[in-house]
Amino acid sequence: MFEQEEQERTMNEQVTWSWTGMVRGMRSTIPLALGGLPDGIVWGVLAHQAGLSLGEVLLMSGLVCAGSAQFLAIKLWSVPLAAGAILPIIGTTLVVNLRYLLLGAALRPWFARLHPMPTYLSLFFMSDENWALTMREFTEGRRDAAFLLGGGLLLFVTWVSATVIGKLVGLAISDPVQWGLDFVFTAVFLTLLIGMWKGKSDLLPWAVAAVIAVGAAHLLPGSWYILLGGLAGSLVGAIKSGGDKHVK
Amino acid sequence: MGVISMLSNTLITILGMALVTYMARAGGLWLMGFVKPSPRVEAWLKAIPGAVLVSLVAPTVLAGGLAETLAALATVLVAARTKKMFLAIVVGVGVVWALRRVL
Repeated sequence: MFEQEEQERTMNEQVTWSWTGMVRGMRSTIPLALGGLPDGIVWGVLAHQAGLSLGEVLLMSGLVCAGSAQFLAIKLWSVPLAAGAILPIIGTTLVVNLRYLLLGAALRPWFARLHPMPTYLSLFFMSDENWALTMREFTEGRRDAAFLLGGGLLLFVTWVSATVIGKLVGLAISDPVQWGLDFVFTAVFLTLLIGMWKGKSDLLPWAVAAVIAVGAAHLLPGSWYILLGGLAGSLVGAIKSGGDKHVK
Repeated sequence: MGVISMLSNTLITILGMALVTYMARAGGLWLMGFVKPSPRVEAWLKAIPGAVLVSLVAPTVLAGGLAETLAALATVLVAARTKKMFLAIVVGVGVVWALRRVL
């Protein structure tokens, strides 16, 4: 335990928490937040069709704020909501969001020495998007941990607003697939991957992640493929880097 | 029965969703406080971001259809050559939109 704290201290000596970092996080997230607008509007339309009231839309988007989980919850929703539907919806939400365990764990080296208050506040606003941008920020050598919260706040505001717009307007975008807007997320994640590419050593872990994810998406329901692909790929990466050290 | 119990079921469900989601968001970082980060664990953590992102996109890119695969290729090429994220996204969405009408 003591040794671990030493290690974390040396890793995090320059980690800061500033207003500048938060604003920087917010500004970097603008394209992603805009890209997420159609998604939120579509969810709002579906929530409206599933029978959620405006207050329920606000409450779920504000407290859960997780796109894929909210889409699945809406699929399982019924009005009036039967007592038997409560656990399946909560269980599905947990499973879909299990991948956040991996994302949070990856932030540990930088957030460990920060006060728990900003850390656990920031984690409430952590999503795939601002997490990925924050990891790139850290990889590039910048050390302002408020970056995560800045991006998260912007994503939170745009997500809640978009779902409310969807609920109210209903027909704003009737068929997002027709306009290719569903591809925004894929395009965003691809550009982030390009930024993370460190060289040929990434090839094998990423290939394993891709194969496992495609297989799991084909065989298993929900978003297990993200968790399984991420685990398989990252474990291969860990084993491979251990092997490289022995060679040296 | 009645309005009160319906409201409760809805409230319980949304609050339960919020709770398990926050547990997943905060739990990963919290649990790592009990695991001694050996070099291998650190290597694992560093390998997570890329692997998760690859897993997120792989089904769409590799098994989504020809339009998605080609649009992904265009996105990657523009992103790698120009380093301009927004341009790459616009090109990717444009290509997928065009190809879905043609194919």
